[in-house]
Amino acid sequence: MTTPDRPAEQPFLEIKDLSVAFPTEDGLVRAVEGVSLSIERGRTLAIVGESGSGKSVTAQAIMGLIDRKVAKVTGEIWLDGQELIGLPANELQALRGGKVAMIFQDPMSSLHPFYRVGDQITEAINAHRSMRAKAARAIALEMLRRVGIPAADRRIDDYPHQLSGGMRQRVMIAMALINAPELLIADEPTTALDVTVQAQILELIASLQGEFGITVIMITHDLGIVADVADDVAVMYGGRIVEVASTGVLYAQPEMPYTLGLLSSIPRMDRELSARLEPIPGNPPSPIQLPPGCVFQPRCTYSDRVAGGTCLNVRPDLLETAPGHLVRCHLPAEERRQISQGVLNVLAGGS
Amino acid sequence: MTTETGEILRVSDLRTYFPVRSHALIPRVIGQVKAVDGVSFQVGSAETLGLVGESGSGKTTVARSVLMLVRPTSGQIVIDGQEITHLSPKALMPMRRKAQMIFQDPYNALNPRHTVGGIIGAPYRIQGIEPPGGVRAAVQALMERVGLNPEHYNRYPNEFSGGQRQRIGIARAIALRPKLIVCDEPVSALDVSIQAQIINLLRDLQQEFGLSYLFVAHDLAVVRQISHRVAVMYLGHLMEMAPRETIYAAPLHPYTHSLLSAVPIPDPKLQKERSRIMLEGDLPSPINPPSGCVFRTRCFQAQERCSVEVPPLIEVAPGHQVACHFPVATLPAGIETALATLENQPGVPVRRPQPAGDQVSSAQLDRLPADGRPDSTPVRPKVRVGRSR
Repeated sequence: MTTPDRPAEQPFLEIKDLSVAFPTEDGLVRAVEGVSLSIERGRTLAIVGESGSGKSVTAQAIMGLIDRKVAKVTGEIWLDGQELIGLPANELQALRGGKVAMIFQDPMSSLHPFYRVGDQITEAINAHRSMRAKAARAIALEMLRRVGIPAADRRIDDYPHQLSGGMRQRVMIAMALINAPELLIADEPTTALDVTVQAQILELIASLQGEFGITVIMITHDLGIVADVADDVAVMYGGRIVEVASTGVLYAQPEMPYTLGLLSSIPRMDRELSARLEPIPGNPPSPIQLPPGCVFQPRCTYSDRVAGGTCLNVRPDLLETAPGHLVRCHLPAEERRQISQGVLNVLAGGS
Repeated sequence: MTTETGEILRVSDLRTYFPVRSHALIPRVIGQVKAVDGVSFQVGSAETLGLVGESGSGKTTVARSVLMLVRPTSGQIVIDGQEITHLSPKALMPMRRKAQMIFQDPYNALNPRHTVGGIIGAPYRIQGIEPPGGVRAAVQALMERVGLNPEHYNRYPNEFSGGQRQRIGIARAIALRPKLIVCDEPVSALDVSIQAQIINLLRDLQQEFGLSYLFVAHDLAVVRQISHRVAVMYLGHLMEMAPRETIYAAPLHPYTHSLLSAVPIPDPKLQKERSRIMLEGDLPSPINPPSGCVFRTRCFQAQERCSVEVPPLIEVAPGHQVACHFPVATLPAGIETALATLENQPGVPVRRPQPAGDQVSSAQLDRLPADGRPDSTPVRPKVRVGRSR
């Protein structure tokens, strides 16, 4: 992880000050504000957040999927030395499904219901290289086998509705990997699946990543999945990144009160049962009327510890608290750590 | 923790089948989806029974059958001493004062054209009850109790967030002071920070009003948080039922073991160290369930006997019932190696042909043997136990 103003070495993907805003009748929806991120090649970055946090919009911006006619996109996205924002449509098209691929949450609505899955995969091949139909089909079949579709030679001629949810997600993964992408964006890839199938799909993504050396951005709301797959984590709230750290650090020493709140509000099977959960009070902010100060302030239990109403009025910056660990919070780092360790100790004690 | 003062709900041998019709000009019934196939359980007073299972397990059909929202094919449902499966819709009305439901999707469970006051007050109107102090006062008291602002009485559902809408649904459910509430995935559509609020609310209401819950969910961590006892369903059958501590600490059914091991734990160190059972394949078709034990096609314990004989749900310890010929107390280290040798492909798993899944066409139906497999693949364990990465 490097901060955007210190470009030591060119990271594989670097997002600088990305903002996406949608003008609507009710006002400007600031979906993403000033997001800066970088990922080294071959690593897995998880973007965690709740609905409306801007995590999916960030992913769509990287893929160039945001319609510039309806949204204002500013900032820079550098992929392997190439700036993606403002790229002509045909060049973006060449990149999508080629160097960058995406897996969506709902495999049913992402596959075309009228076409056989084999044809949909060969279409993805033909979009990027010319190849005889027979050869393309052979590659598609091989990929379906690789992602663990049983009886792939028969399944290749199935329609999406003939497959189960887990199988459809495997088809999606096969389609995403067919052109050997270097960056794979997985947007809630297992949310629609059952836990036993989720475990299969996560294992598949990880093993394919190891094999092909793909860089993965995993977008999820599930802190269990993050712990399972990610090297680094970015936590988003109200369209902003509020904390970035390596996975181990984020779970052991979270500093942003929101991250801490998330960790203490989830019921956990690995801990003693506590009588009550500790939810984060209140509701997420409206992206049209964000609070003027820290976006998390209305739900933060610790904002009164900062003197002079700073949390209420001043937007905090995302600052480095330790190497590779960035936090957006007005509380002094020392106090944040104290609060965090106190809460985590109580959680671990299970009382 | 369990207060066994009485029994609010008793379900005996519940079966709910849905007909499968052909696409011919004059459709005829060519099969049945056995969504629920012989399920029995009871819920005590002020008790929560968690019902867990994956999609297609029949847990939602159980929930809907219990309140007669779908008519069961056979079996008995006794709510607070009254058998209800033979009642007409009209005769069911008094029962609905005793048993209510909270739905999964707070966006679709509320009429968008009714005000919140109208929605929460509907049970009084429908049942012809005049609460002391009038409907409006009663509704506002309910709103306050579930954490809504009573001044929002005249607002519409679209003005509320998902968590607030679920609170509206809860207020409506408790309006008539029922004894039993069937909760069908009440928090799965909510964000994690809101889930905890709703779980705490349900728990508080239970203590305050002595409510019994049938809590249907797929999230095992959520179920653990709220349930006194837990029942595990798979393909229309109960696999295991036990007090909460037992299910999570000492499960016996191979399916329960697999489910528990598949849930990712939000702790990177623990998650990377622990081994888990990786079930292969998907749920078989409920139109053509496997013969014998329905779980055997994916079970690591499966043996010849499992394909012949349906394992009955047997009480193995007080309150602990399990339906398995070869239950496993703990997964010892030995099992891990033994299974690893069964399927020891490193890297990308090579998988064997699986059961046809949930998409059996009517043409296939005739050709399929009774156990739902497209061809006569021998029964092989469909599992690999391995260290997660």
